[in-house]
Amino acid sequence: MIPAKFDYIKASSVQEAIGLLDEHGFDAKIVSGGHSLIPAMKLRLSRPEVLIDISGISGMNTITEEGNEIVIGASCTHADIVKSDLVNAKLNMLAQTAKCIGDIQVRNRGTIGGSLAHADPSADYPATVLACDATIVVEGKEGSRSIAATDFFLGIFTTALAEDELITAIRFPKVTTGNYQKFFQSASRFAVVGVAVVKEGDAVKVGVTGVSDTPYRATAVENAYAAEGSKAAEHATDGVEVMSDHFADEEYRTHLAKVFVKKALEA
Amino acid sequence: MQITMKINGQTYSHDVEPRISLAQYLRETVDLTGTHIGCDTSGCGACTVHVDGAAVKSCTLLAVQVNGSEITTIEGMANGSELHPIQEGFKEHHGLQCGFCTPGMVMTAADILKNNPNPSEAEIREGLEGNFCRCTGYHNIVKSIQHAAEKLNA
Ligand SMILES: Cc1cc2nc3c(=O)[nH]c(=O)nc-3n(C[C@H](O)[C@H](O)[C@H](O)COP(=O)(O)OP(=O)(O)OC[C@H]3O[C@@H](n4cnc5c(N)ncnc54)[C@H](O)[C@@H]3O)c2cc1C
Ligand code: FES
Ligand code: FES
Repeated sequence: MIPAKFDYIKASSVQEAIGLLDEHGFDAKIVSGGHSLIPAMKLRLSRPEVLIDISGISGMNTITEEGNEIVIGASCTHADIVKSDLVNAKLNMLAQTAKCIGDIQVRNRGTIGGSLAHADPSADYPATVLACDATIVVEGKEGSRSIAATDFFLGIFTTALAEDELITAIRFPKVTTGNYQKFFQSASRFAVVGVAVVKEGDAVKVGVTGVSDTPYRATAVENAYAAEGSKAAEHATDGVEVMSDHFADEEYRTHLAKVFVKKALEA
Repeated sequence: MQITMKINGQTYSHDVEPRISLAQYLRETVDLTGTHIGCDTSGCGACTVHVDGAAVKSCTLLAVQVNGSEITTIEGMANGSELHPIQEGFKEHHGLQCGFCTPGMVMTAADILKNNPNPSEAEIREGLEGNFCRCTGYHNIVKSIQHAAEKLNA
C-alpha cells in the first residue's frame, strides 16, 4: 500500500513548522513518528498534500526537571520515556504507561506529542496526562499557550489544538503515588480500557481511556472515594457514553472499566 | 527527493518519491531483499530493521524520514561467512521453518539483547510481541535468542 502523492518538507525549527502549517492550511500535516499518520495515509483515510517532518527540530526531544515539574519534549519517543531515569524516579506511572504501548519497534518510533495530537480514543497516554493534571504546551502563529489536559481532548481524534499549532512539550507535576492499568486489545495491543490513578492523601485522581470516544476524568469515582474506598470503582462510567465495538460491547466495556478502576485504586 | 544513508556500512544515494516506504526502498531500489514485507500495516514485524541502532518497522517509515541515518538490515548482521550469534542461535535451535519472519525476528532480538543482555524467557517473549511467526510456535525462537545471549555474554 502506497500513500497518495505529497510533498515532504523537513522543518528545522518550530517557527518554520508553524509558518508552513499557516501557509498550507488544511493541505498540510505534521509528521512526527508517523506511526499513526502513515498507516492512515496508506489507507487514504488521510491525504495531506504537504508533510512537515518535525523530528529534526532540536530541543523537542529532551526530558528535564524544572522545579516541581518534569517536562517531556513532544518528540520524545515512547522508548525515550521508558528508558529515562528521571521519569522512572519521579514520574514512574508515565514510564509504566509508555511501556504498555504497542511493541519495541512502535515504541522506538512513536512520540508522545504525536499520540496526544492524534487523540485516538484507545490510546494510553490520555488517561495518564488526565490523572496527573499535566499541561500540554503548544505553539502557533499567535505564540505559545498552555492547555490543561482536562481541556485538551474534545472528542474522537479531536483536540483543542488550532490548525497552525503544534505541541512542543508536556509538563507533568512529579507523581510518585500513581499507576496505570490496561486491558489490552488482543490483536492491536491498544487499550480496550486504560485507567490511570494518582493518589494524594485521601484523594484520588482517575483518568480513563478506551471507554468513551473521549478520555475522561472519572469524577464520580473521585468524589465517592473518600467514603467508599475502592468500591467507588462502581461509578467508573457514571454520566459517560460507553463505546461499543466488536472487541467489547457496551455492557462488557462498562464491566471492564469498573474492574480496572478498582485495580488501579487498589494498586 | 535526493536521500543519502549508510546501509550496512555502505553509503547509498538515490532520488526517491517521498511516499516510498523504507522497506520498499531497501528491497526495490537498494536490492536488499532480506527485509521482508509481510503485512505492510505495522503488525507482523517481518520488515524490522535498525535505524541508528533501534529496531523499527520499515513498512511504516518513509525512506525520506530516515535520510541521513545509519541503517542495519539482516544482510548487515553476519561478518562475512561468520554468522552473527543470533543467526547462529536460530541455526542451532531450529528457530525457523519457512524463514519468512526470521529477518525481522533476528533484528528485533538484537534490540532486545542490546537493551537487556540477560533477558528472562518472559522478557524475550514480551520483546517479540511485535513479530509474528506462523510456523514455529515461538519456542525455538526463544531458545535461539537465549543461545545468542549466552554466546554474547561469554
Ligand atoms: C502496531 C501499532 C501499535 C500501536 N499500539 C498502541 C498502543 O497500544 N497504545 C497507544 O497509545 N498507541 C499505540 N499506537 C500508536 C502509536 O503510539 C503512535 O506512535 C502514536 O499514536 C502517534 O505518534 P507519532 O509520533 O507516530 O505521530 P504521527 O503518526 O507522526 O502523527 C499523528 C498525528 O499527530 C499529529 N502530530 C504529530 N506530532 C505533533 C505535534 N508535536 N504537534 C501537533 N500535532 C502533531 C500529526 O499531524 C498526525 O495527525 C500503535 C501504533 C502502531 C503502528
Ligand atoms: S511488513 Fe512491516 S510490520 Fe508487517
Ligand atoms: S518461520 Fe515461517 S513465519 Fe516464522
